[in-house]
Amino acid sequence: MKLAVVGAGAVGSSVVELAGEYGHTVTALADSQSAAVDAAGIDVEAVLEHKRTEGVVGAEAKTAALDAEYDVLVEATPTTLGDAEPGFGHVETALERDRHVVLANKGPVAERYGELQALAAASDGEIRFEATVGGAIPILSTITDFDAKHITAVRGVLNGTANFILSRMAAEGLGYEHVLAEAQDLGVAEADPTFDVEGTDAALKCVIIANVLAEGEHEYTLDDATVEGIHELPASALELAKADGRTIRLIGEVSSDTVRVSPRLVPKDSALAVTGTRNIVQLETTHAGRLNISGRGAGGPETASAIFADIGRLGSR
Amino acid sequence: MSDSTDKVRAYTVRLELVDRPGELLRALEPIADQGGNLLSIFHERGNLTPRGHIPVEVDLEANTEQFDEIVAALQEEGINVIQAGAERYSEEIVIILVGHLVDTDLSHTLSLLQEETGTSVRDFSLSAPEGESGESSARLRLATQSGQVEDVLGTVREIAGEKDLRVVEPLAGGEA
Repeated sequence: MKLAVVGAGAVGSSVVELAGEYGHTVTALADSQSAAVDAAGIDVEAVLEHKRTEGVVGAEAKTAALDAEYDVLVEATPTTLGDAEPGFGHVETALERDRHVVLANKGPVAERYGELQALAAASDGEIRFEATVGGAIPILSTITDFDAKHITAVRGVLNGTANFILSRMAAEGLGYEHVLAEAQDLGVAEADPTFDVEGTDAALKCVIIANVLAEGEHEYTLDDATVEGIHELPASALELAKADGRTIRLIGEVSSDTVRVSPRLVPKDSALAVTGTRNIVQLETTHAGRLNISGRGAGGPETASAIFADIGRLGSR
Repeated sequence: MSDSTDKVRAYTVRLELVDRPGELLRALEPIADQGGNLLSIFHERGNLTPRGHIPVEVDLEANTEQFDEIVAALQEEGINVIQAGAERYSEEIVIILVGHLVDTDLSHTLSLLQEETGTSVRDFSLSAPEGESGESSARLRLATQSGQVEDVLGTVREIAGEKDLRVVEPLAGGEA
């Protein structure tokens, strides 16, 4: 397939680098300011090198990527809240051209799910967004495979940064600020960690799960979620949990009509007490008990793997 | 697709059985069905509980997930589970309160919690590394009646909100 990739961060760059391995051709790559376009396939190495040295991927206007020749638009720009722009507009343009869209950007799926589905219904193109939840872990496709009606609840650890901070604090008895600074040094936490530590990122993922579970009967946005983060949780709280055979994890929960993200006490040897940046999701099924799926929930190649899985599913249903 | 790193541990389950043929076998089946390893059974025939049932103590090995499933299966079978693990099942809630606990009158908070939620504080631990004026944490083990956990937690949230304290709740319905 021919891919146009919008967003040249860790995820977009990985998609471009790995596309050939999956048998696809990248015809366009755009960052926030420019685009590189070639209907025969862009020179991936040259374009990424240009991005490293010049700060932009190419000489053309960003819109040239959206107008380029492609079968699938990969939307990997940073997540934005509210109107979810510019991501939503990119998706709209591609669907109006009857092209497929695969998203890694959570904004349009969490904040404007109904509009997104309406656009897809009116288009010959499809939308897929496995990469928006849990990186490489096949969560949404598993829900779809099991059928949303047979999943009664979903809960899990969906933010690697928060989980890294909590597991380091518990293991080393260190304070929140200390571990946050360490996480920033390691590149696990961003310079502005607000999105991760205040629970917004995990909440967006839960909202997307809720939308998939609701199958259009009800639409959720971030406003429907009850969100409490791990910001400034004292080391003493983790110590007390540990002394009782427990630990604290930032847990996202989706069950009948409620979406909630909050720090919770879990037994220290429970499946939910994953350590480091690892993510885990538990699905409660009607006929098959509990299903645990865990793995790497973030990162360029990991998220790109989910994008290629989505591309592989296009047109197969 | 499972990535369970759960360790297998020994558990003691106390059951109350109706004095009827086949009851003991019925109580043991869920343990084997869920993959638990039966270690010993202490069947006190001749000894009756206040409700006129026969107390049975079962030692078994399982991981936490299997153990949850075993207890759920026993309850589904209508078998009375008096105690599971080290705790009275579905009658205790462990929470952690975080904030200016001492400044906001800790003993008042505790008595308010007991009165408003109808629970009793079974166990209490305070950690105040920054001294009395700083932020501290407290772990509380609240004893409550089964089926009341959500109501109790709702009331705890209200009281904590009034005193500007954070509550770290257990994961209801999950593995906590």
